[in-house]
Amino acid sequence: MNRLKTSILGAFAFAAMAGTALAEDVTLTIATVNNGDMIRMQKLTDDFSSLNPGIKLNWVTLEENDLRQKVTKDITTKGGQYDVLTIGMYETPIWGAKGWLVELKGLDDPQDILPAVSGGLSANGKLYAAPFYGESSFVMYRKDLMEKAGLKMSDAPTWDEIIAAAAKMTDRANGVNGICLRGKAGWGENMAFIGSMANSFGARWFDEQWKPQFDTQEWKDTLNTYLKVMKDYGPQGASGNGFSENLALFQSGKCGMWADATAAASFVIDPKASKVADQVGFTIAPDKGLGKRANWLWAWALAVPAGSKKVDAAQKFIGWATSKHYAELVASKEGWANVPPGTRTSLYANPEYAKVPFAKMTLNSMNAADPAHPTVKPVPYVGVQFASIPEFAGIGTKVGELFSAALAGQISADDALKQAQSYTTAEMTKAGYIK
Amino acid sequence: MARKQPVVRTLFVTVLAWIVGLIMFFPIFWTAVAALKTESDAYTLPLNWLSTPWTLENFGIVQDRSNYALYIRNTVVIAFLSTILGLCFAVPAAWSMAFAPVKEPSISWSGKRWLATIFLTAFVVGLGLYALNWDLTNRAALGLGALIITTVPLTLWVFSRNTTDALLWMLSTKMMPPAGALIPIYLIFTRNGLVFKDWGWIDLTEWNLMDSFWGMVPLMMLLNLPIIIWMLFTYFKEIPDEILEASRMDGASLWNEITKILLPMAVPGIVSTCLLNLILAWNEAFWSLNLTNRYAAPLSFMISEYSSPEGQFWAKLSAASLMAIVPILIIGWFSQRQLVRGLTFGAVK
Repeated sequence: MNRLKTSILGAFAFAAMAGTALAEDVTLTIATVNNGDMIRMQKLTDDFSSLNPGIKLNWVTLEENDLRQKVTKDITTKGGQYDVLTIGMYETPIWGAKGWLVELKGLDDPQDILPAVSGGLSANGKLYAAPFYGESSFVMYRKDLMEKAGLKMSDAPTWDEIIAAAAKMTDRANGVNGICLRGKAGWGENMAFIGSMANSFGARWFDEQWKPQFDTQEWKDTLNTYLKVMKDYGPQGASGNGFSENLALFQSGKCGMWADATAAASFVIDPKASKVADQVGFTIAPDKGLGKRANWLWAWALAVPAGSKKVDAAQKFIGWATSKHYAELVASKEGWANVPPGTRTSLYANPEYAKVPFAKMTLNSMNAADPAHPTVKPVPYVGVQFASIPEFAGIGTKVGELFSAALAGQISADDALKQAQSYTTAEMTKAGYIK
Repeated sequence: MARKQPVVRTLFVTVLAWIVGLIMFFPIFWTAVAALKTESDAYTLPLNWLSTPWTLENFGIVQDRSNYALYIRNTVVIAFLSTILGLCFAVPAAWSMAFAPVKEPSISWSGKRWLATIFLTAFVVGLGLYALNWDLTNRAALGLGALIITTVPLTLWVFSRNTTDALLWMLSTKMMPPAGALIPIYLIFTRNGLVFKDWGWIDLTEWNLMDSFWGMVPLMMLLNLPIIIWMLFTYFKEIPDEILEASRMDGASLWNEITKILLPMAVPGIVSTCLLNLILAWNEAFWSLNLTNRYAAPLSFMISEYSSPEGQFWAKLSAASLMAIVPILIIGWFSQRQLVRGLTFGAVK
């Protein structure tokens, strides 16, 4: 019996010693999304390890919605499971203001970050997340179909021009739809597009007193135009189409135009996946002559949760992942077209990067978005295609469902707007914004 | 003598069965085809699945991006250990329910008894908190006290019920949607630093149930325990009590009665219970996605890595799903006779 006791105690002592020995190496747990840029970074981490031999990296890769749920649960319960979080422009200002994130320091040349992006990732003047990749939205179009229709795409199109082009390119007998737009419900799905479109029509989510604005003429015009364009020139079953479905349609030559994320550009010009790779042109999102364009602004960024015990190592990693050195590393291994776009001014000043076909238009689109003044009239919130308040995700998704139902023909546009107005008013009253 | 069926009717039933079968099989078929296509072709399926080229590259990508061996090891450990652990609890439980059932509630609960139990519990809790030097005006102390004072009498009441009630109650735990218990369980998994302290000679504050087999195996066992107990109970009920009585008269101990008489007779039932539990644990996704990250993440977690709102992923997702279900499909295929035999065991007496 005594021998058993001794050996058990011995085993514990050994385990404790092993634990101490391991403690000298820091292991960072990084929660990240599974998009192409993030997966590429995982492959290139040898570079970071060689520069920082004491820091080991442990990746948790998840789908965007799963990631958002897990990270939110962890940060609200102070679980401390992750040392580096991948979060978006929506969460960062909210979480930063609540004190859930550590202010970032020691970044590589923070002045170089695009002002629109750093503005969207700050709260109270402090930067809480470093952008890893940023995107806006623009219009991708088929040059051959435009030529066939006898049209020339303008560098700064209006909605009227886009709709006229869509009408001319539509050839349903041959399976060509004039325009493909998002229809699938969700605040990051159809509402990302319709929300940006609404900005260009002068509509806003809330007025300065946080009163929902769906009962205004601007929203009515936005939704009616969207529904009419989709009905006359859009693909069938569009209420189920998100980014991926529209990408497949465009790649197989079934769309004349597609307004979506700038991140789609590298997919549509990839000759291995796209049948129309050499026929794609890019132009900035349309406007209505009111001074605002229908493009959104989004960035995936890296942040350190306040619960992390390895803040220094985590900041070091973020510094590496968002540095100019990392951009050069990607360029040397996989070419300039694969460098994470939309974060640094210096990248767009680089003559090598300027050769990438969608580089200039991406920068123009990102510069055209202003999260602090997203629409024509003043608003009390920050964010272009969203309002950076905790209640928005729920409201945006509900409104997205209503608009998607209107697109599917289940309810009328007026009903959708009426229900959106009453739902949002109820939610905002409950949350205490409307007294 | 077998009844004669009219040919037309047999034909009709056969064709209908095939149609239903094919409809049920279609999603798996679709997954298999999509896994062998390029991403852009997968999105146009099934319209042109014959005319587009076939490829194995998705499996290569999945293998390259995810550590398949790690995920499959974790799945096997969680599924098998939780099944074995489950049997250790379920066999004695099912035995007692089948052969020594409680016919009447063991305590008859009157108003007086309820009050007495509540007061006694409250007294003991108060004494305990006082002895531990807790500030009794503290909200946390009051909350904990209130929790114990409500739980103890209720637990006593549940445990004093007769066997049929106990069985039904056990099954009712499966009726609660898992999301309802997510936050408390999540907190238990992340906050166990509250339970495991730094004891000077060994520090267990870092010993976390989150993302570990210590958490996942018992959790998976507890999730499926009601089903295992129910299944074993039904199988044990089919074994005549007289055989066990005979063994007792021959002087067999309880241990021998269970291991030498009962278990060998119930092998088909136990095997099919194990298989069902294995399949349930293998495919479980809700808790795995919420409570694991990497070290104990099973195959269902791997699949979730492949869906993405921005980018095409159907082909890769299908390849990952196929890789995740193939092992359990093979196990199911080889043991299907055993499974069917076990599931219909006792159906005809």
